[in-house]
Amino acid sequence: MVTITLTVNGERAEVAFAPHKTLLEVLREDLNLTGTKHGCELGECGTCTVLLDETPVLSCLVLGLACEGRRVKTVEGMAQGGRLHPLQETFADLGAAQCGYCTPAFLLAAEALLVTNPKPTRDEIKDALAGNLCRCTGYIKIYEAVELAAARMRGEKAEPTRESLYGRP
Amino acid sequence: MAGHRVVGKAHRKIDAVAKVTGATMFADDLTFPRMLYCKLLRSTEPHAKIIRIDTSAAERLDGVIAVLTGKDLPIPFGILPVSQDEHALCLDKVRFIGDPVAAVAATSEETATAALDLIKVEYEPLRAIASAEDALAHPEPRIHDYGDSGNLHKLIDLEFGDVEQGFAEADLVREDVFFFEGNTHLPMEQHAAVATWSPDGKVTLWSSTQTPHYVHRALAKVLELPPARIRVIATPNGGGFGGKSDPFNHEIVVAKLAMITGRPVKITLTREEVFYCHRGRHPTLMWVKTGVKKDGAITGMHFRSLLDGGGYGSYGVASTYYTGALQTVTYNVPRYRFQGARAFTNKPPCGPKRGHGTPQPRFGLEVHIDKIAEQLKLDPADLRLRTLVPPNSLTANYLRVGSMGLGACIEKVVEGSGWKKKFRKLPEGRGVGLACSSYISGAGLPVYWNNMPHSGVQLRCDRGGGVTVFCGSTEIGQGSDSVLAYVVAEVLGVDPFEIAVVTADTDLTPVDLGSYSSRVTLMTGNAAIQAAERAREILALHASKKLEVPGDRLVFASGRVFDAQDPERGMTFAETVQLAEAAEGTIGTVGSYTPPRSAGKYRGAGVGPSPAYSYSACVAEVDVDAATGIVRVPTIWIAHDVGRCINAAAVIGQVEGSIYMGLGEALMEEMAYRGDLKVIHKIPSLLEYKSPTTLEMCDVVTYLIEDPDPNGPFGAKEVGQGPLLPVMPAVANAVYDAVGVRVDEIPVTPEKVLKALRRKEKGEEGRVGPSSFPDIPWPDATRVPPPWEGGDGKAVQVVPA
Repeated sequence: MVTITLTVNGERAEVAFAPHKTLLEVLREDLNLTGTKHGCELGECGTCTVLLDETPVLSCLVLGLACEGRRVKTVEGMAQGGRLHPLQETFADLGAAQCGYCTPAFLLAAEALLVTNPKPTRDEIKDALAGNLCRCTGYIKIYEAVELAAARMRGEKAEPTRESLYGRP
Repeated sequence: MAGHRVVGKAHRKIDAVAKVTGATMFADDLTFPRMLYCKLLRSTEPHAKIIRIDTSAAERLDGVIAVLTGKDLPIPFGILPVSQDEHALCLDKVRFIGDPVAAVAATSEETATAALDLIKVEYEPLRAIASAEDALAHPEPRIHDYGDSGNLHKLIDLEFGDVEQGFAEADLVREDVFFFEGNTHLPMEQHAAVATWSPDGKVTLWSSTQTPHYVHRALAKVLELPPARIRVIATPNGGGFGGKSDPFNHEIVVAKLAMITGRPVKITLTREEVFYCHRGRHPTLMWVKTGVKKDGAITGMHFRSLLDGGGYGSYGVASTYYTGALQTVTYNVPRYRFQGARAFTNKPPCGPKRGHGTPQPRFGLEVHIDKIAEQLKLDPADLRLRTLVPPNSLTANYLRVGSMGLGACIEKVVEGSGWKKKFRKLPEGRGVGLACSSYISGAGLPVYWNNMPHSGVQLRCDRGGGVTVFCGSTEIGQGSDSVLAYVVAEVLGVDPFEIAVVTADTDLTPVDLGSYSSRVTLMTGNAAIQAAERAREILALHASKKLEVPGDRLVFASGRVFDAQDPERGMTFAETVQLAEAAEGTIGTVGSYTPPRSAGKYRGAGVGPSPAYSYSACVAEVDVDAATGIVRVPTIWIAHDVGRCINAAAVIGQVEGSIYMGLGEALMEEMAYRGDLKVIHKIPSLLEYKSPTTLEMCDVVTYLIEDPDPNGPFGAKEVGQGPLLPVMPAVANAVYDAVGVRVDEIPVTPEKVLKALRRKEKGEEGRVGPSSFPDIPWPDATRVPPPWEGGDGKAVQVVPA
């Protein structure tokens, strides 16, 4: 067993685990943060995305040992004080989460995008999320949710379009 | 929607917050004290006898608690009563690479994996059957000792009227051959299951299954336990698409391991293993011959399909019937013949994937019609509009069509896409294609024969004003839990987010058959309406007395019960419940739903009937790069006749998700095997099994057509599967419009497009696809005269010549 200290969702955590474990396994099995999911454990699907020092990483490809002293953010750290993050609000309102399994990863990848690019174009959103697979939504509601949250985070009063929720008349 | 407060609006799903906070507990998120980890040893041979298995070294490994082989679970199971051909662990032979032969439970996943390496299996290889054609050519060695002929699992021949007569009356008779490659569901969540055993003789299984009721039945059979001692809880599925609809070997194995170890046992499949579970789209070869009049009116149609079923039955008999069932519900087919065959092969078993057995023939049919339209010099949209099945009619094969909004769907996408300005008019390399489809809103018959309801709901009103709905339905991301809440909220006038929904737990919830065949909204919705209306009746009786208002003037809305003529005269919903509870005791009701009886009475009539059919029309626009063969799809226009939206936002989500999955099937997704008799899966990984990312996904313009169906809850029909169906043929037809070549095979890969272009350049036919359909030993046809020939839905006796 090895022991490391890291910051998880803003809190200092000391955790002991077998040295071969990935960050994904440490989060899920040793820190009980099961919000982070896995789809392949081979770095192919993006489902295990978390933020490591504010940068999206595939937690299945990062050794837990590599995280000593670093900051990890998971989906459990997005809502603050019982209030949803704007991305969580728009993902919920638009149905950008269907089965919800890939959702934590998309939320974190989108959050990282909006930190560096508060007004992304549709193509920039597609590029930022191209490493994350979703089999339910066809991605469209995810783009719309990111755009809506981005507008709200910029302080704009934005609502979903009628077409987005009801289709074209 | 006029008159409705909840139904028809766009809502959050009731589980949306849990989904976006990571709070939803999927099967692999569950852990228990002293939990053991299970791993399965899988066959390395595609087809072989098991001579012996030596597990002694594995059993001696420190940390290994139990090892199972086939003899520990000898009772066969399977989803259909007619194909109980699976064993939890292979008994005497293996039928594909990946078939499980032994199971280990150990104190860690690492130990369980290490133990697998210590198990020695001696195989006697048998010749493997690599494809449906191979199965036809090689009746021996038989993969199973049952089935209609050699390695042909199922043979079907149904004739509804004299198709030869139909062809004789036609102005044009056309034949085409198509192939649709197999593909898989690829849910992001790998299957997982956890079982516990209590010394009082109860086993509990949590599993990512779409069908907890069928898993419950399979466990009772194989474990030889009374069903009342088994509890199956379906955890929210991280994507299903049909891939979690069978009872699976790993579910039975962990339950057995829990029983013999007395400890919780979990299994989570690797991505590679998910490819072995499969149950995806059957590779299907198709031949279709249609006679038409000059105006496009169909005089007769003959359709043949040959399905590669893989190593087990699964839903395959139903899948085979489905490749011939729904051709008749879109365009009027006065005489129809269907011949279908399913072969056993040494590959992971095929089964139901989104659209179950109907996307393959729909692809063939819609491309075939595109070719017919061209020969008749008719616009393919106009041809289709002229031949639509009328609403409220009976088809040649006795399917009862109710509401039918396909005409409106075609008109919407034709107008929205600018079809008339684009079709055959875009510059070389750019094209548009149109296709239509229909799908069932639940099957008319259950998977196993019984007279009981397909869906049951219990409803409880709490004196605090809360309402709890209990239903066996399974949330797979489509929003089935939410549908229950919206429907009950509409009837009882309460906030849907103040309704507690308890689902998919065989101890707590009445049976619902599961999340498959697009049945859930229609069937659970109707059952929930019945339960809620019964509750409203009880509440109204007491409110009416107290308020001195006739019951029929009472309105249930906004958490109140009040007089329609004097809204101030009323009371809260909670007060109404208290009043009723004081008078009658606990307020609870039940509701259930059974589909209408099928009109067809012939053998095979059980597949195809549905309480309501959804309709879709789709236009795809493509860019084809003639240098590389790469097809890009910038936009798809889709119109879907959903009857009525329960939650408009969820309906849009299902449409967009269907377009996405259809696009993947159209362009890239395929279950590929090495071309030798080892039948090794080429690509059991998410990297190599190509599926669309954000960079391949097209824009989608969606039109919802609301033409309420009398059989649907508030008029609702299905939306989860139907909109996928027209995508593949629309894309293939658009490729032809763009570059003048036919790829009569799915997926339409760059290699195939290039090959067709090269052939065209050389002056050959610009086409890639199968050239012939093999001879198959069809059985004697079951002849059923269509309704307009005086038929009553029964087969006629044919006296052998």
